[in-house]
Amino acid sequence: MTSEDIRIGVFVCHCGTNIGGVLDVPSLANYARTLPNVTYSTDNLYMCSEVGLTEIKENIKEHKLNRVIVASCSPRTHEPLFRAICQEAGINPYLFEMVNIRDQDSWVHMKEPEKGTEKARDLIRMSVHKAALLEPLERVKVAINHSAIVIGGGIAGMTAALNLGNQGFIVSLIEKEPELGGLLKSLNKVFPSNEDASTLLEIIDIIESHDNIHVYTSVIIENITGFIGNYKVTIKQNKETIDVDAGVIIVATGAIPLSPEGYFGYDQKKIISQLDLESLLKNDQVKANNITMILCVGCRNEERRYCSNICCMSAIKNAMLLIEKNPNAHITILFRDIQSAGTEYEKYYRKAREMGILFINYLPEKPPVIKKDFVDVYSALLNQDIKIPQDLVVLSTPLIANEDSEVLAKMLKVPLEENNFFLEAHVKLRPVDFATDGIYVCGSAHWPADIAESTSQANAAASRASTILWKDHLEVEGSTAEVKTELCIGCEACIRICPYNAITKDEETDTAIVNKIVCKGCGLCGASCPKNAIIIHHFTSDQIRAEIFTYGGAI
Amino acid sequence: MGFLCNWCSYAGADLAGVSRIQYPTNIRIIRVMCSGRVDPTFVIDAFLHGIDGVLVLGCHLGDCHYITGNYEAEIKMSSLSRLLSLVKFSDRMRLDWVSAAEGNRFAQIVSEFTKYIQELGPSPIKESKNKTQIIDDLEAVKSVLESSRLRGLIARQRDLVTEKNVYGNQIPVERFEILLNDAIHNEFIRHKIVIKIKEIGKSVPDIANEIGIKAKEVLDHIVVLRSRGLVDVHEINEEIPTFISIREGQE
Repeated sequence: MTSEDIRIGVFVCHCGTNIGGVLDVPSLANYARTLPNVTYSTDNLYMCSEVGLTEIKENIKEHKLNRVIVASCSPRTHEPLFRAICQEAGINPYLFEMVNIRDQDSWVHMKEPEKGTEKARDLIRMSVHKAALLEPLERVKVAINHSAIVIGGGIAGMTAALNLGNQGFIVSLIEKEPELGGLLKSLNKVFPSNEDASTLLEIIDIIESHDNIHVYTSVIIENITGFIGNYKVTIKQNKETIDVDAGVIIVATGAIPLSPEGYFGYDQKKIISQLDLESLLKNDQVKANNITMILCVGCRNEERRYCSNICCMSAIKNAMLLIEKNPNAHITILFRDIQSAGTEYEKYYRKAREMGILFINYLPEKPPVIKKDFVDVYSALLNQDIKIPQDLVVLSTPLIANEDSEVLAKMLKVPLEENNFFLEAHVKLRPVDFATDGIYVCGSAHWPADIAESTSQANAAASRASTILWKDHLEVEGSTAEVKTELCIGCEACIRICPYNAITKDEETDTAIVNKIVCKGCGLCGASCPKNAIIIHHFTSDQIRAEIFTYGGAI
Repeated sequence: MGFLCNWCSYAGADLAGVSRIQYPTNIRIIRVMCSGRVDPTFVIDAFLHGIDGVLVLGCHLGDCHYITGNYEAEIKMSSLSRLLSLVKFSDRMRLDWVSAAEGNRFAQIVSEFTKYIQELGPSPIKESKNKTQIIDDLEAVKSVLESSRLRGLIARQRDLVTEKNVYGNQIPVERFEILLNDAIHNEFIRHKIVIKIKEIGKSVPDIANEIGIKAKEVLDHIVVLRSRGLVDVHEINEEIPTFISIREGQE
């Protein structure tokens, strides 16, 4: 398009008295008409009102406008509305520009109307020069595969799979072990309801007989490719390689308990883990009368700074079960801090104390010492050592990240935190999303979570995933990056800098290519490219320079 | 002039409006999606067009809408600032962070910066006395920032100092700093030389005199520039060669 063809319309808004009460709006409209390529300009009391919008549409037709500028409030609130009007009138929405003369002008320069008007003139002039360089862009429509892949068949993965399966989506549930169930299989009873873990495991039968859920067990994931709407996971099952396609992926790979090997003389006989105790309780094999539990073994230390979240409650649960079975038993829990948040868990903890379970606080710098028939512990409260008779010691160790989480994270191109748990996009605002679109996380893969937390996160992840799966197609922003292949030297700087892994290398041409579906248009690559070979559409260097030059003028 | 990221600072500026916090009218805002989008050459362009001060505002570190964008902005602006200090412009550029909830902070930064620039006075580029010299200097800075050598270093900075390379080595931050400073310093002089001999061929001693460095250094740079195909022998007068810039060469 040559510059003669460019016909810009400038619409200046009074916003009632919000703008008009400070700035000289009619003069701004008159001024706009003097600028290059401006075919038409006017002012209106409320540009966003029905009258204002109609005026824009009519003038686009009457004056054959092909660029529209509205000088009014903030594009953060009103750009979508005006863009839609442009589209209705047959103008590509990316040929629209907005000038912020309210939030960033009339409202902040209320006592300087003349200087404020001068600023508005500059801003309109900058926008007119940028508008002349705008290009029409297309929002790409991408088809969506309406099925999901859930990685991990523990309680979180199964809950997420069932949720999506019941909504009518096809779900592939992938588990590396031969059976579904995860850690729940090794538990006896679960807190705070004290029901049998096996009751919760009834979900396995529902899943395995579910029409919409395909279960793959004893599976190794070999590769993951694709992007939101179109992921492909290559798995290996019994030496057979299978490609599973899906629109979204939910990561529910859980965590594993740290082996207490090397802590407090762990021998699995007289000194056992909390998980060992679960199976003894299940089979009614506990013979001991004096039982001491030690919490925070191998965590909240230099090596693992985190709290494993579930150990306090599971120790309390097992202590109560022991008392129920043998009312004469003496149970002591040596703790650093008891975590019993919420009404249910606090009640549970109180009940344990009422049942006569002894809680003694120990200091990490003076840990308990296990002797032959007793445990020696220093109590800061009493300022003295206490001897507790024992014939069984139970150690609570934390849940730690799966060993293969690093490999999986690399394949998914999602981040891990310092302890190798999966890291969500935002701790408060996007707790089950990854920054990469179409991938979600739930359960202990993200952080040690109890069953209630795991299932609620699983349902949250499934519900987030379904927001994508229900769509007919995805519409992708037109303002993305594009590599000018002829300038690209294949240095890969952009590939490393892109926060979304949207850029890959075309092995044949040895140049970078941008996946427009994944690209979010942030522009980091363009501002960094050593060869200036990347165009950031809608914020091109030429467009930004036009604004700079226009304001600065000649020297 | 202010470059504001869409998600935090621009929203912060809007909030200043909604809260009717008044600040000086001097600033003209250019919206970009991310502070990391601001190519350092944009800032030089602004100075070359007589703008007295440039603010680059992004989200607070760790809060970037694009995860790591503002870290990249910080890296870019830090190199830019080092180059600007060579031409005494670094005071006129400031990088800061404003969240979407900090309307007050935005207004405060603009007010303080405006006051600071007013105290500094108008850009020296507007004074006729040294105008050509300053334009040459800024042009040299701009071409350094356009050169693939420096852009390559800046683009890979975070990667190089935080991750291991293909040989399993990680470059310590201190070593990278030395490398970067060397590159900045040398490239600046080289591009200055290129600009000095853009139209007229000059001898090494003449160039050294004009730029104010030793002839030996100039000669070293000329050798590098010749190997890049940016400079060539112009003519030889009484056994003293003069050099001249040639078309854009291969770097």
